[in-house]
Amino acid sequence: MSSIAVSTTINGDDVEFLCRADETLLDVLRNRLGLLGAKEGCGTGDCGACSTIVDGRVVCSCLVLGAEAEGRTIETIEGMANGSELHPLQAKFIEHAALQCGICTPGFLIAAKALLDVNPEPTEEEIRYWLAGNLCRCTGYDKIVRAVQDAALEMRGERA
Amino acid sequence: MSFDAAFQNQNFKSVGTRPLRPDGVDKVTGRARYGADFNMPGQLVARVLRSPHAHARIVAIDTARAAAVKGVKAVITAADLPDLSNGDKALFNILDNCMARTKAMYDGHAVAAVAAIDEKAAKQAMKLIDVEYEVLPHVVDVDAATEPDAPILNDAVFTTGIDPAPTTASNVANRSEFGHGDVEAGFADADVIVERSYRTEQTHQGYIEPHACVASCNPDGTADLWVCTQGHFVFRQNCADLLGLEVSKLRVTSSEIGGGFGGKTHVWAEPVALALSRKAGRPVKLVMSRDEVFRASGPTSATSIDVKIGATKDGKITAATATLRYSNGPYADIWAELGAMTSFACYDLKNVKTVGFEVLVNRPKVAAYRAPSAPMAAFAVESAIDELAQKIGMDALDLRIRNAASEGTRSSYGPVYGPIGIGPTLEAAQAHPHMTAPLGTNQGRGMACGFWFNFGGQTCTDLNVNADGTVTLAVGTVDVGGSRASLSLVAAEELGIDYQDVKAVVADTGTLGYNDMTDGSRGTFSSSMATISAARNAIAVMRQRAALTWDIPVEDVYWEDGHAKAAGAKYGNLAPLSVKEIAAESGNTGGPIAGHSELVADGAGVSFATHICDVEVDPETGATSVIRYTVIQDAGKAVHPAYVEGQYQGGAAQGIGWALNEEYIYGEDGRLQNPGFLDYRIPVCSDLPMIDTQILEIPNPNHPYGVRGVGETSIVPPLAAIANAVSNAVGVRMSHIPMSPPRILAALSRQKGE
Amino acid sequence: MIEVTLWAGLVPLADNQTTIIVEARTVRELLRKLQERYPGLEGPINNEVAVVVDGVIYRNDWSKELPEGTKVFLMRRLAGG
Repeated sequence: MSSIAVSTTINGDDVEFLCRADETLLDVLRNRLGLLGAKEGCGTGDCGACSTIVDGRVVCSCLVLGAEAEGRTIETIEGMANGSELHPLQAKFIEHAALQCGICTPGFLIAAKALLDVNPEPTEEEIRYWLAGNLCRCTGYDKIVRAVQDAALEMRGERA
Repeated sequence: MSFDAAFQNQNFKSVGTRPLRPDGVDKVTGRARYGADFNMPGQLVARVLRSPHAHARIVAIDTARAAAVKGVKAVITAADLPDLSNGDKALFNILDNCMARTKAMYDGHAVAAVAAIDEKAAKQAMKLIDVEYEVLPHVVDVDAATEPDAPILNDAVFTTGIDPAPTTASNVANRSEFGHGDVEAGFADADVIVERSYRTEQTHQGYIEPHACVASCNPDGTADLWVCTQGHFVFRQNCADLLGLEVSKLRVTSSEIGGGFGGKTHVWAEPVALALSRKAGRPVKLVMSRDEVFRASGPTSATSIDVKIGATKDGKITAATATLRYSNGPYADIWAELGAMTSFACYDLKNVKTVGFEVLVNRPKVAAYRAPSAPMAAFAVESAIDELAQKIGMDALDLRIRNAASEGTRSSYGPVYGPIGIGPTLEAAQAHPHMTAPLGTNQGRGMACGFWFNFGGQTCTDLNVNADGTVTLAVGTVDVGGSRASLSLVAAEELGIDYQDVKAVVADTGTLGYNDMTDGSRGTFSSSMATISAARNAIAVMRQRAALTWDIPVEDVYWEDGHAKAAGAKYGNLAPLSVKEIAAESGNTGGPIAGHSELVADGAGVSFATHICDVEVDPETGATSVIRYTVIQDAGKAVHPAYVEGQYQGGAAQGIGWALNEEYIYGEDGRLQNPGFLDYRIPVCSDLPMIDTQILEIPNPNHPYGVRGVGETSIVPPLAAIANAVSNAVGVRMSHIPMSPPRILAALSRQKGE
Repeated sequence: MIEVTLWAGLVPLADNQTTIIVEARTVRELLRKLQERYPGLEGPINNEVAVVVDGVIYRNDWSKELPEGTKVFLMRRLAGG
C-alpha cells in the first residue's frame, strides 16, 4: 500500500507527514510525529483520551484518519501552554487536584479548552454535558468541574 | 537503626496542606510517559491471539504460516513459556492465564502471540495461526456453576474446606467459614428476622489506560521491562519466575500508571512480551486493546449472596448469617473468603456466621478491584440492615449506631478491634445536614457503611540530601493518585524544610530495594512511614556533620525546625546550621548525606466509611440519577487533603457505576457481548453530582503522624447506599446490582402485579 | 502464655483445635512453636498467614513482641486493590 503525503498545521506549525490510508490521526500523532500527549484508551471514540481540536471542533483522533488532516488546523495538548506559561486550564487542573493518574487529563484539557473557546461562561450542567465524552475513572469528576469553572472565571478576568 | 512508628501528636507545618503535585506539569502538558509512551530502538509490535470460545481444548496450534509472513520475527505459544512453576500452584495459574496450555478457559484467553516489524504484518500473521479447538460445554453463571450437572472446568479441583473431603471434582474450589457464637440460639431470641438473596454482576476496574509494556531480552541474559503496573518489584519476581530469569538481571521500570484500582497487580501481557523478545532477539512493545482489557484482564467477581439477620424489637441484632458465592474465573482464589470476612465487620454481633464458596466459571481470572470482594458483601448486608430497620420501625441510622462495632468488639472475622472509626462516621452522618435535607417526588435517600482491611507491607526508601540542600526522595511504591506529593510533604515535615525543596521519584527495581505492590491502600501509609524513617536517619547524619563542623560531641547536637542546634549554654555563640549549610559543607565533612530505610510497615489499621446518597428514579424509564452524595471516612491524618478527597470521590463514583450501570454481559455462547466503553458504561461527567466529602482524623496509633490508608474503603458503601436510596424512592427492595433501568422497571411492574 | 485463635481453614490442620495456648515472646517464636506442634500448619504459615495482635494486622513483622497474656488471631493473608 503506498503512503499518502499530508500537509497540515499542528499547534501553529506547518507539518508534513506520510501515512497509510488506514492510519488514524491518533496513530500519526503518536507514532509518526512523536506527539504522545494524546492517549489511546479505547480506539473506538468512547473515552476521549485522544481528544484533539481539528478546525475548532473537538474530535476523538482515533476516529479521524491521518489523511483527513490535509489542509486542516489541529491543536493538541502539546500546544496548549504558551512556552513555559501554562494555559489557565492547565494551571487550574493542578491547583484543584483535578487529576489523579492523569491519563485522561490531556483529553479533558483539550475538550475543556474547546468549550471555553465557544462558551466562556458555562454553567455546571453545560460543563458536565460538554465533558461527557471524556472518561475519568479516578476523580468522580468533582474536581475537574471545579477546575474548569475556576479557569473560566479567571479567563473572564472576574477573579476577586 | 530501630524505628519507632508509634503516633506522636505534633503541630504539622507541611502535612495537611495542599501544595501543587510535583508531577502536575508533566501530566497537564502531555509529557508524562505512561505504559504505551515508551519506545526502544528496533522495537517490534506484538499482538495476542485469543480464544473465541468460553471453554475449549486446544488440540493443535500450527504457527508455520504465520511465522512465514514477511516482517514477522517471532510467534509463540505456551510451548515457548515452559512450566517452571515446580509445584507452585499459584504460579502455574498465572502462567496458564498468560497463555493457555491445554485448554482455553474463557473467551479472550490468550493462546498465541506474534511480534512483527509493524502492526500490519502482526495482524496478517494473527489470521494465519491455525488453532484447532475442541469446544467444550461452558458455564459463566456463578449459581449455575454450582449445580450438579454443570460442566466441570478443572477435573483436579475438589472442594477444600469441607469434611469429609469430596471424591468428585467440583467447580466449588473452597468453602470458608467465619464467625462466633450460636446463630440458631440468636435467631430464636429475635423478634424480627429479615432474610433475602442478593446478586451482583461482574464489573471491571475500568482504568482508562490499557495494559502496556516494552520488553527487551538481551543475549547476555539481562532484560529490561518498562510497564504500567502497581508493583514493579512484584512484576519482576513473577516474570523472572515464569521465564527462568535471575531477578537481578531483570530491571523493571514502572511508567506513569493510568489507573489500576487493583487491576494492575497481576501480570498478563508482560511475560508474553518478554518471551516474544527472547525469541525474536529484539525489543517488543505490547499494548492491549480495550476489547482485550475487558475480555482478558481485570474483572471482579459476580456474586450470589444470602443474608439472614435477626433483631429484638428495640433494635439489638441477635444473630446474623451470610452465605456468599463469588465467581473466581477459572482459577481458585480467596474472593468469597474476603467477602465472608468483611460482611459483618461493621457490627458488634454476639452470634454471627458467614460461609464463602469460591466458584470457578468460564470468565476471566478475577483480579483485585479496590477493597476486593467487600462492596458486594456490604451491598447484601447493608440492604438487609435497612430492611430490618423498616420492619422494626426504627431509623436505619439509629439501628446501625445501636449495633456498631467499637474498641474491644470481637470482629465477625475473628480478631478483637482496637480503636476504630465506624462509630464516629455514623455520628458524623447523623449530624450531617444531608440527612435532614428535604426530598422531592420520586426521590429517595439511602445510607450504608463500609469496611476494609488496610495493609502496609515491605517498603524501602532512599532520601538523598543534595549539595544545595534540596532533597531527592526515591520511593518504590507506584504513584497511583498523588503519593509523590504526599510523600514530599512528609519528607519536608520531618526534615523541617520547604515542600518545594523535595523532589520525589518512583525508583526502578535496579536502584532501590524490594517494595511490595501498591495495594491495600498502602502507598502513602507505608512509604510515608519509610520516608519518616529515612529522614530521621538523614538527620542523624546531619547532626554528626554539624558536630564535626563545630568540633563538639554529637550528643550535644539536636535537631529542631530544620536546623542542627548545639545544646546547652556553653555553645551559646554557635548559630544553628540549616540543611542547606550542612549540605554545602558535606564534601569536607564525610561526603554525600543520605538516609535510607528498609522496613515492614505493619499496623495499617482497619478502615470504615459511611455514605449518604439521594437518588431520583424516573418511573417511566427506570433510569436513576444520583442527585446528592456524601462520603464520610476516617483518614487518620490526611497528608494532602485534596488527594484524600479525590480518593473518596473516585471510590464513590466507581461504586455508583457498579450500582447503576456496569456489568459484564455474556451470550449463550459464553462470549462477552460488551467489551467496550460504549456498552460497558462507566459514569460520565453528566451522570454525577458534586461528591461531598468529610474527612475524619482519628489518629492511627501505629503511624508516627497517625496516617491510615484511604484508597479503598470508599468503594464499599456505595452499592448498598444507592440500593437503599432507590428502594426508598420506588418502594421496592432492589436486590440485584446493577439497578439498570430494565431491572428497576421489572421491579416496578412486579410491585404493581403486572 | 499466648492464646492463639486460628481461622476456620487452619483448624483441621491443628487437630481440630480452634484455640491453642503457646509460650512465646515474639510472633516468630509463636509461629515456630505452632509449626513444631502441628506440622500441617507449615505450608499456610509460610505463605498464607497474617497475625493479628491486639486488633492490628501484621503481615510481615514477625519480630513483633507479644506481651504475656496477649490474644493473637491467625488470619488469612489478604490481597488488596
